Amino acid sequence: MTQQDSYYYVPSPSYWPLVGALALLLLASGAVLWVNGYSSGPLTVSAGFAVLIFMMAGWFRTVIRESEGGLYNKRVDSSFRWAMSWFIFSEVMFFAAFFGALFYARVLSIPDLASADSQLLWPHFSAIWPNAGPGFKGSFSPMEAMGIPAINTLLLLSSGATLTWAHWGLMKSRRTQLVLGLILTIALGVLFITLQASEYSHAYSEMNLKLTTGIYGTTFFMLTGFHGLHVTIGVTMLTVMLFRVLAGHFKPDHHFAFEAVAWYWHFVDVVWLLLFVVVYWL
Amino acid sequence: METTAMGHAQAHDHGHGPTGLRRWLTTTNHKDIGTMYLWFSFAMFIVGGIMALLIRAELFEPGLQFLEPERYNQIVTLHGLIMVFGAIMPAFVGFANWMIPLQIGASDMAFGRLNNWSFWLLIPASVLLVTSLFVPGGAAGVGWTLYPPLSIQMGMGMDLAIFSVHILGISSILGSINIITTILNLRAPGMTMMKMPMFAWTWLITAFLIIAVMPVFAGAVTMLLTDRHFGTSFFSAAGGGDPVLFQHVFWFFGHPEVYIVILPGFGIISQVIPAFSRKPLFGYASMVYATGSIAVLSFFVWGHHMFTSGMPVTGQLFYMYATMLIAVPTGVKVFNWIATMWRGALTFETPMLFALGFIFLFTMGGFSGLVLAMTAVDVQMHNTYYVVAHFHYTMVAGALFSAFAAVYYWLPKWTGHMYKETLGKVHFWLTMIFFNMTFFVQHFLGLAGMPRRIPDYALQFADFNRISSIGAFGLGLSQLLFLYIVISCIKGGPKAAAKPWDGAEGLEWDVPSPAPYHTWEIQPQVK
Repeated sequence: MTQQDSYYYVPSPSYWPLVGALALLLLASGAVLWVNGYSSGPLTVSAGFAVLIFMMAGWFRTVIRESEGGLYNKRVDSSFRWAMSWFIFSEVMFFAAFFGALFYARVLSIPDLASADSQLLWPHFSAIWPNAGPGFKGSFSPMEAMGIPAINTLLLLSSGATLTWAHWGLMKSRRTQLVLGLILTIALGVLFITLQASEYSHAYSEMNLKLTTGIYGTTFFMLTGFHGLHVTIGVTMLTVMLFRVLAGHFKPDHHFAFEAVAWYWHFVDVVWLLLFVVVYWL
Repeated sequence: METTAMGHAQAHDHGHGPTGLRRWLTTTNHKDIGTMYLWFSFAMFIVGGIMALLIRAELFEPGLQFLEPERYNQIVTLHGLIMVFGAIMPAFVGFANWMIPLQIGASDMAFGRLNNWSFWLLIPASVLLVTSLFVPGGAAGVGWTLYPPLSIQMGMGMDLAIFSVHILGISSILGSINIITTILNLRAPGMTMMKMPMFAWTWLITAFLIIAVMPVFAGAVTMLLTDRHFGTSFFSAAGGGDPVLFQHVFWFFGHPEVYIVILPGFGIISQVIPAFSRKPLFGYASMVYATGSIAVLSFFVWGHHMFTSGMPVTGQLFYMYATMLIAVPTGVKVFNWIATMWRGALTFETPMLFALGFIFLFTMGGFSGLVLAMTAVDVQMHNTYYVVAHFHYTMVAGALFSAFAAVYYWLPKWTGHMYKETLGKVHFWLTMIFFNMTFFVQHFLGLAGMPRRIPDYALQFADFNRISSIGAFGLGLSQLLFLYIVISCIKGGPKAAAKPWDGAEGLEWDVPSPAPYHTWEIQPQVK
């Protein structure tokens, strides 16, 4: 290929972007149908997911082949680094919106609903946290920080360490260390998700703590839920990395895919620390 | 800017890849994708424009004529969303795709496939928005700001708008990551940051803003979705939430968004004015710093959209002064443009006319913005036609005029032909006159108290509304002339030189016109 000789790799024409657009059309229109109670919704969403997974598998396969085929020089590698950094920044801002909602509720809207201005409307409401709002009937228990959440903090922090250990293995060509480190990281991630799921189930069945439990339930489940989704995506990506390692991919000086996943994993880790402090603990 | 390697020296073709429809569906070429962005943008401009004309037809006289009040609100909402996300932003992404690689001496954008995905995502997003008009309950009729509690009560058209916003967000975030990476990583040797063309600089900063705030908008509409369908309480006081929370989250996105819409326009004007003044840009470094300052300040002024939502006086004062502070870097820009023209050898081709129209009218839009920034005044003017007039002076006379300037400025580079200069000038004057006829009178309507987003009005507003509606139809029809000029320029016309404007500077003029399919496969050395 002529591009090999040039200073930058420009990919040849590809159908994957079009397939990706179709996937999102199906996903979005299916979701709209679903939340509005149309029976065609779930099917359309499933079709969208199928197309999305097909697209991701195909697109990533192409990228992996190009990478392993030596088409990506240092300059392409540095493009990937910039792009992944900015992508993670966009994720930070997405979480910031939900953290902002939590701070707003605790600092502004709850005290305001208990203030003299609102006394006529909500006479017996007091601004304590956790709080499900003046209209909430019944009682619920908030999630304690020092049970499963503390264990999960330990798990995620350890997983960050095992992943770095695996990365050292990759850079020093110690294959066993790399594979073992990756497997440990994945196992810790899966354990985290399992514990999170059992925490959710406990909240729903024993504590009357649900997504619908006022602003506390809302912010608790939306923040930890989006975080859990990111852990799941991270575990999926780590698993792909494990399979690539087993297939003999990556060299000590050429493995940005691995590093990108590690960056993402550490980002998810940091978000968890914030969650642990402001959602569970304070 | 001198270069050692001329673009046409390396214009040898190695296969254009697929042809016909497949070329456009699968392309990874920045010029193809830029072209698709620009045509998509024009199509949405027509769709959003027809909606604007429906609004103005309804407001031609008092009473209800053509549209049910609900339908009127839906049209107002979609007009706003389509013009901002479908017309203006894709137009600037189109210019960025075409011109940034040419301007910085790169062979293409950093991620060709991702680039194509960013474009094709616009299609499902616009399909969702437009079809929402035809679902039970109609489209979202809440205004482009999507405020709850009304947006919680809407039918499934609102859900379509929410998911459309999600897809638009993905598209523009991916597009911005691509643009930032291209600018930071693919500049030609010797092209230091402070030698970059202003258009690239303004896009770098715009792309940063997009990545910073589009996810926040995605978060806001996600909260709407879960409040609507999954029983969360973000915006419900009974659950401890607050509808005003949405306004905070929305405008944290929304205010940087209005700079996203205008900053690339600043970049275009900063290139057109020097070209037709035959002088380098006055105060290049201060232009860069002013753009950066505007971007930073944009994160701290969102409260000025909420002066009437209930806010402590301290908050009002903070947002008032912070907002007025933005006039400083903006003033620096206007000063620099005028200083560039000072003692220049000026000529007034169409791009220059649109640039001058931009400076004059955008400054007026800036001034009415300062008026609205004053809390005590804003309390009177909030949600009146004064606000509508203000932001159309920045969005139409600002963003759209700069887009027209860019099209006329770069058309010779894209097509290899000169456009019909006389017709271009006619297009400018028609647009200029009808624009002011449409929107200038809206200042008076607003000052007199006419509320926005209402299909009917009291009798005393009739005359100005009639003038505004006639102007709007004139403005809309004038754009057919623009379409004709562009198409006839693509089909033929006098051959354009590599550098058709003798005062223009930049690497894009070192490649032949029309620009070959692949350019800068060997990077130029910038001195």
